[in-house]
Amino acid sequence: MDNFINIALPKGRLGDKVYAALKQAGYPCEALEDPGRKLIFENPEAGVRYFWVKPSDVAIYVERGAADLGVAGKDILLEYAPDVYELLDLGLGKCRMAVAAPKGFRDDTRRTLKVATKFPHIAGSYYTSLGRDIDIIKLNGSIEIAPILGLSDVIVDIVETGSTLRENNLEVVETVVPISARLIANTAQFKFKNQKILAIRNSLAKILG
Amino acid sequence: MKLMREEKALLALQELYESCGYRRFRMSRFEEYRLYVQNKDFLVSDQVITFTDPSGKLMALKPDVTLSIIKHAVDAPGKVQKLYYHENVYRPGGAMGSFKEIMQAGLECVGDLQSYHVAEVAYLAAKSLESLDAGFVLDISHMGLIGATLEASGLSKDAQKQALACLHQKNAHELAALCAAEGVDSAQLLALVNFAGDAKQLDDLCAVLSAPEQKQALQELSQVVSALEAMGMGGRVQVDFSCAGALKYYSGLVFKGYLPGIHKSVLTGGQYDKLLAKMGKTSRAIGFAIYMDLLEEDASEENGLLYRIDPAGAELSQVLACAEKLRAQGSVLVSADEAVSSRYVIKFQNGEEVCYG
Repeated sequence: MDNFINIALPKGRLGDKVYAALKQAGYPCEALEDPGRKLIFENPEAGVRYFWVKPSDVAIYVERGAADLGVAGKDILLEYAPDVYELLDLGLGKCRMAVAAPKGFRDDTRRTLKVATKFPHIAGSYYTSLGRDIDIIKLNGSIEIAPILGLSDVIVDIVETGSTLRENNLEVVETVVPISARLIANTAQFKFKNQKILAIRNSLAKILG
Repeated sequence: MKLMREEKALLALQELYESCGYRRFRMSRFEEYRLYVQNKDFLVSDQVITFTDPSGKLMALKPDVTLSIIKHAVDAPGKVQKLYYHENVYRPGGAMGSFKEIMQAGLECVGDLQSYHVAEVAYLAAKSLESLDAGFVLDISHMGLIGATLEASGLSKDAQKQALACLHQKNAHELAALCAAEGVDSAQLLALVNFAGDAKQLDDLCAVLSAPEQKQALQELSQVVSALEAMGMGGRVQVDFSCAGALKYYSGLVFKGYLPGIHKSVLTGGQYDKLLAKMGKTSRAIGFAIYMDLLEEDASEENGLLYRIDPAGAELSQVLACAEKLRAQGSVLVSADEAVSSRYVIKFQNGEEVCYG
């Protein structure tokens, strides 16, 4: 069995921030700091192997054991419910999953509510908990235009600053759940690389906590 | 003939179970659909392949073996049935939710169970894993302890479900937040989520979990784990409360087994007296299943044995002798034109064998 701890980092700003914290924690990898097209980087001395993957794929890499550890947004964990351990709230990438609607929107509860979203599972669970009948319209991007074009009544999406909503004359109606980045671990590798995984978790908790 | 890892494992398990007095239980492929509808939460997935038989009955291709075994359980004082199986089951398993045929092996011990039966099944779970890979890990937990701690927490029913999910995910931060939101003390639940250790360390939990139901469950758990440690399983068996089944069915010991190189648990099981009670039976039952299809994932053993011999520059007798030696070691020789990339290549240089790889 591989003695490295394989860590899947999400490409982008969040991944950069997490790597900076890992470097500070004693898990640097010089090769990773050189810009290039390589995707896998190793530091045998620190016993870590990093790889960059699409943020929405991190949980898959971890669940299937290609990565021992990874960093994924709570939105992805709620939407796809991967069978992984959620070891730490890193407190990075904070935002919220929210229901947004055109300004002045009033829910006509006699009708089925049309909801456009990239997160059908989260939206479905939220409205089921309210007992509200909805019609989910699954989209892959530009969710904000759905209510403007009459495709949906509301949207369920990630809101950071709310500026995109404001620019499209939308406003947050309800917060569904707060979101932040989480450190996740493969359940099986956690058994076999327990001490090393916990050492990384505890170092990150100290630095980011 | 060289046996695949799955085939070798099945033979080893069969020998192990029969030596402990378990009898093979062979079933038909079909079962009435209503058996699964009535107990769908017990199944890994509630999706089942169904069809209507000529008499008009709605039938299902078996997604599970346990339900078929226990529906025939006979309640009688002192009577215990010990059965093992290896059967194909049919359940969603593909990336797109498509159905897969999955080879499942396992055993069930049903009837008037005593502490010994429970310990024996836990021991057989560990021995089964050991027969597959000596580097195994068996997690053990106790649903009676988890249930009693959730009840004692003061959390609402909905929050208890969320707390159980947090426990399952080792998610201490959300568990603490959940308790804070409901204004209850999180100490006991956090003690469970943060715990991982052996029988000795379980003593530390006694100070935190002191209600009579908690103490009784802790004692049961401690007895079994101590017994396994005494049988030489120390270091391979550990108490971990992320190993949790459905409270609706599981009442006592629960366990999950892991093997190096396989990304998820290959063995799951536990004591499910509540399922039998739901079926109107007074018997108790404990068992486990091993998902044999997952063994394919760790092909390191097979791949490590692939050799190719390049006969250039060698006497024929030398090549034949070299091949004979490798075969005697259990290696597999592949030909040069085979698309398989062999792990090792034997070449001959100045009459000497040189291994590359």
